[in-house]
Amino acid sequence: MAAHLSYGRVNLNILREAARKELREFLDKCAGSKAIVWDEYLTGPFGLIAQYSLLKEHEVEKMFTLKSGRLPSADVKNIIFFVRPRLELMDIIAENVFRCVYVSCYQTPHCKLVKECYLENDQTSLYHTAKGLMTLQALYGTIPQIYGKGDCARHVANMMLRMKREFAGTQNQILPVFDTLLLLDRNVDLLTPLATQLTYEGLIDEIYGINNGYVKLPPEKFAQKKQGEASKDLPTEPKKLQLNSAEELYAEIRDKNFNAVGAALSKKAKIISAAFEERHNAKTVGEIKQFVSQLPHMQAARSSLANHTSIAELIKDITTSEAFFDNLTVEQEFMTGVDTDKVNTYIEDCIAQKDPLIKILRLVCMQSVCNNGLKQKVLDYYKREILQTYGYEHILTLNNLEKGGLLKPQTSSRNNYPTIRKTLKLWMEDANEQNPNDISYVYSGYAPLSIRLTQVLARPGWRSIEEVLKMLPGPHFEERQQLPSGLHKKRQQGENRTTLVFFLGGVTYAEIAALRFLSQMEDSGMEYIIATTKLVNGTTWIKSLMDRPESQTP
Amino acid sequence: MTLASWKSGPVVQLGWTVSDELLCIQEDGSVLIYDLFGSFKRHFSMGQEVVQTQVLEAKVFHSPYGTGVAIVTGSSRFTLATNIDDLKLRRLPEVPGLQGKPSCWVVLTQDRQTKVLLSNGLDLYIVDNTSCTAVVPPGLSPQAGSVVHMSVSFSYKYLALFTDSGHLWTGTSNLFTCLSVCLPVCLCIYQPLYLSLCLTRCRRPKSQQPSVVLMWDRLLLVAGVCNDTIQFPLEDPCVLIGELDGVRIISSTNQELLQEVPLVCQDIFKIASMAPGALLLEAHREYEKLSQKADEYLREIKEQSMLGEAVKQCVEAAGHEYDTNTQKSLMRAASFGKCFLTDFSPDQFVSTCRELRVLNSVRESSVGLPLTHAQFKQMTVQVLIDRLVYRQFYPLAIEICRYLKIPDYQGVSRVLKHWASCKVQQKDLSDEAIARAVCVKVGDSPGVSYSDIAARAYECGRTELAIKLLDFEARSGEQVPLLLKMKRSQLALSKAVESGDTDLVYTVVSYLKNEMNRGDFFMTLRNQPVALSLYRQFCKLQEQETLKDLYNQDDDHQELANYYVTASYKEKRLESRLSLLQSAVDEYNKAKNEFAAKATEDEMRLLRFQRKLDDEKGAGLLGLSLQVGTGVVLVLKSLAEKEEWEELEKFSKSKKSPIGYLAFVEVCMKCNNKYEAKKYVSKVTPEQKVKAHLAVSDLEGAADAAIERRNEAEMGAVLSRCSASDRLVIDRLNRARAGAAKK
Repeated sequence: MAAHLSYGRVNLNILREAARKELREFLDKCAGSKAIVWDEYLTGPFGLIAQYSLLKEHEVEKMFTLKSGRLPSADVKNIIFFVRPRLELMDIIAENVFRCVYVSCYQTPHCKLVKECYLENDQTSLYHTAKGLMTLQALYGTIPQIYGKGDCARHVANMMLRMKREFAGTQNQILPVFDTLLLLDRNVDLLTPLATQLTYEGLIDEIYGINNGYVKLPPEKFAQKKQGEASKDLPTEPKKLQLNSAEELYAEIRDKNFNAVGAALSKKAKIISAAFEERHNAKTVGEIKQFVSQLPHMQAARSSLANHTSIAELIKDITTSEAFFDNLTVEQEFMTGVDTDKVNTYIEDCIAQKDPLIKILRLVCMQSVCNNGLKQKVLDYYKREILQTYGYEHILTLNNLEKGGLLKPQTSSRNNYPTIRKTLKLWMEDANEQNPNDISYVYSGYAPLSIRLTQVLARPGWRSIEEVLKMLPGPHFEERQQLPSGLHKKRQQGENRTTLVFFLGGVTYAEIAALRFLSQMEDSGMEYIIATTKLVNGTTWIKSLMDRPESQTP
Repeated sequence: MTLASWKSGPVVQLGWTVSDELLCIQEDGSVLIYDLFGSFKRHFSMGQEVVQTQVLEAKVFHSPYGTGVAIVTGSSRFTLATNIDDLKLRRLPEVPGLQGKPSCWVVLTQDRQTKVLLSNGLDLYIVDNTSCTAVVPPGLSPQAGSVVHMSVSFSYKYLALFTDSGHLWTGTSNLFTCLSVCLPVCLCIYQPLYLSLCLTRCRRPKSQQPSVVLMWDRLLLVAGVCNDTIQFPLEDPCVLIGELDGVRIISSTNQELLQEVPLVCQDIFKIASMAPGALLLEAHREYEKLSQKADEYLREIKEQSMLGEAVKQCVEAAGHEYDTNTQKSLMRAASFGKCFLTDFSPDQFVSTCRELRVLNSVRESSVGLPLTHAQFKQMTVQVLIDRLVYRQFYPLAIEICRYLKIPDYQGVSRVLKHWASCKVQQKDLSDEAIARAVCVKVGDSPGVSYSDIAARAYECGRTELAIKLLDFEARSGEQVPLLLKMKRSQLALSKAVESGDTDLVYTVVSYLKNEMNRGDFFMTLRNQPVALSLYRQFCKLQEQETLKDLYNQDDDHQELANYYVTASYKEKRLESRLSLLQSAVDEYNKAKNEFAAKATEDEMRLLRFQRKLDDEKGAGLLGLSLQVGTGVVLVLKSLAEKEEWEELEKFSKSKKSPIGYLAFVEVCMKCNNKYEAKKYVSKVTPEQKVKAHLAVSDLEGAADAAIERRNEAEMGAVLSRCSASDRLVIDRLNRARAGAAKK
């Protein structure tokens, strides 16, 4: 179980085990049978650390979802509520408190970090991030170097240093696993999440949405086709699949550019069928036995292949559509700086056709970001078009986007995006999708800014890009944490350094793919571990910034 | 020593707690607790009913749970509190036939239960939480008479009973086993004043047998299990206290410890002893005299290969000795012997040296902790340091911590913490001086919490000092609760913000909200942006009205406008909705957000227009949607569906359509009215011309428009709609495309 977490340099199972231990201890605090009432947002994250069997071992007999109104009755000694600390949830609990009740509040991943920090100046999530990093250091040792860029990053680093001072005297005696911590504020790179991800995993997320490692897919392509049986009763329930690197094939293709997935799948298909063909060569009893012993593994591989082939087909239908292509073309024009200062006709058309608002907002914001703000006239035009087509109520959403810096009027006459693009080589003309040699393959040409910053930090260092760093919002900084003597690592020849990259405010699957690609590059000498407050894509990100007043009309 | 005149009620019993506090149990059941220096700490009561019935007798006892108090009341009932620091009173069941107090009783702790053993007349009873059971000690004949004295050993393992006929019964405290019954002093018909049990080692190594120490007026008598007795005359009236490994005899002028001489000391110091330790001691003595006899003794030990044993004996015996010269000579002998050994672990030698130094220093009469080595081992260094701290021997405690290399967390820091808490109570020093003194001494020693010290200062009524001390606290989170308690709420707020812990900020904010009037509260928040934003969040969820006031106060017109917009969607009635939107327009104007003001005005105009249509036509538009775009589309749809073509035309002319005119074309076509649809084709924007023509299936018009605009994509779109019969159009388009391609 969860063996895939312990393969890398950093054994992430330690973290998982620590979380499980905490949960077990918590459950054992209430003796006797228990029912758990879940805040449904928490079931996903909890699923990552504990299955139902673990809960059952600790006498959890029933589980409910927290809804307003009375709880169903349960013949148990304890009722435990697992909730996020939200006022509205507390009200529901208050309605239901009738016996000994344990309420446990959990801080959830924050997709709304940008909204909270920049729109509402609420630093709760940053505080919990800093605390989380302290826990991480308690388990994996003090991280000697901290780098960061952006206001939130500065804030988190300050809190970490402060917390460390507060714990002065209790020195952490664990040999540090991480050499460097890099804190990146999403606000520094607003562009990347707006672009459509083009890796396999990224596209699955863009199109179907991955939630806590699970994806729900349209069932048609997954119908079991048995011989002689017409596919008359197609399943109507969406097909739910778990996606993680425990599945060998998925580990292999998740980070590939989608255009390279087809080839990988067909290669895999050949290997599997060749393996099945082996049975004809098996002559002796011993050989047959060996073949049979491999059967379960082979069958698993075959069904995994079938699943991913189906997913790839589903995605292909979309990526080959004209709409997808047109959208991508415009995105790439913006990213390369073509006509970013004018009203874009494609966006106009999309508004006229009343395409989904989020798509429009993604594009407009992208144009704004790539132009370092839009001319007042252009901005007002887009805003008017959006309000007139999608409704006046969206004035609040537009307001949020402006506050968050995604949409802004151009203040200085100079657009510094081209400088940033050139210095950081954000656009690579000849991105190789099949055999990538640069991270730009994840967006078929665009190299995510956040990852470029990470890459430059490792070599040759941020000093070389001082100018660009100054153009990006927020301060950049470097802090050192003293290690107790004796814990200084003696690095062996050729041993990689390990960097923990923490994305404050979310990271996309494509960015993760790019970082993993960097880790695997032979000459990088750097291994990256990724932590974040939330996995995002353009759609979920924009959605978290939207503000819809509740209309009373039915 | 502190002398104090007693002003409270009559005291029945005095006793000490495990943390060296003095317990005074009064007749009315109240128990007063004083520290070692006689200052009052707190008090508790053994129950309301006791006030009436009065305490007849009380005992203080110690168990793994802490210090307990047991009383017997005038109504002959027992009440127990097993731990006075976590007070839970338990009233024990009634004892049959008991009038007044029993002739004697003890508290026993067995199997994690606390019980009372008592004697009433000829009967013995054990009373626990639920029941009262009569017991008969095995081996004690009924003729022995009634029990008049009883004593339990320090470990609660053994029990001694003394009857009015002079019989002494010794056994295990569970009353299962009798160890001996004797008539130690047949002639003595007086009852002893004290009876105390102590453990002594028997000849068999490691097994311990109890002996009983009895005391009469001028006589002390030790009775062992084997009917042997030893008598000591006494000169002064004394008190006996049973301890772990002996009996302490306290007279008005001095204290002595009666203890069986430890076996190893007997071996070494017995006259003409040939034990290896004794020989080694002798060898060393000769060596110091530079006599060759030293070598003879050593050879003798070595021949028996007992040198290791000899060293061990000397070290162990040194531990048990009280005289420093004896300790020294034993340790020197051990060290001498060690020289002739290879592979001998020095651990015991080193630790005994250290422990002896510590023990000697606390045994000094100025400190007054005459501990035996065994007691020291039992109590641990931690507890010893605590004891020193209670007695305010801070320098000695710190010296010991450093000498024994105890980690700061458990050692020096704890002492400093206690010292500082004591220091803040010094009335003759200024706040400034104390704060400075504390800061200099404590510095940033790990584990010393300045907020704890400050809390102490505040308890003593020194608020200013507390605030000064809190400044040294590194953890802002720790400062907040005390600051709130001291009503320094503004300071508390800024510390909470500093800590970054938003929960803490919320705590302070909600406290302030109740504490202050609204104006002050808002002003306070205004100086703390983080707190203000958090409070806004709270208001968004709970108190919309307050939110408005907050924006108003800050002149935040943009947010105020947004607030009105949000509010407008909650209103059902059009008039109120419009008036809220009007407020939004005003605020947007004040915020110089012309765009938003204009957009809001447009929205209002649309609402009014829809309302008008509604009133006139009963279209039921208002109830549907208020979005501008879809709003217009709905108007169009509903008009088209009702085939109100004239009305539709009027609507198209009433003002410039916010969504253009293509929608008009489409809506007419949906109702299959090409004639009406064509009316609007000419009105659409150039970009939409082609689409509009196509919508009414006017291929030629579409082709013209596309060619005019030289738009290849549009030409393609028209082409795709052409069928074979539209030859002419196709040709024209192809020509135009070729022309465009050339350019």
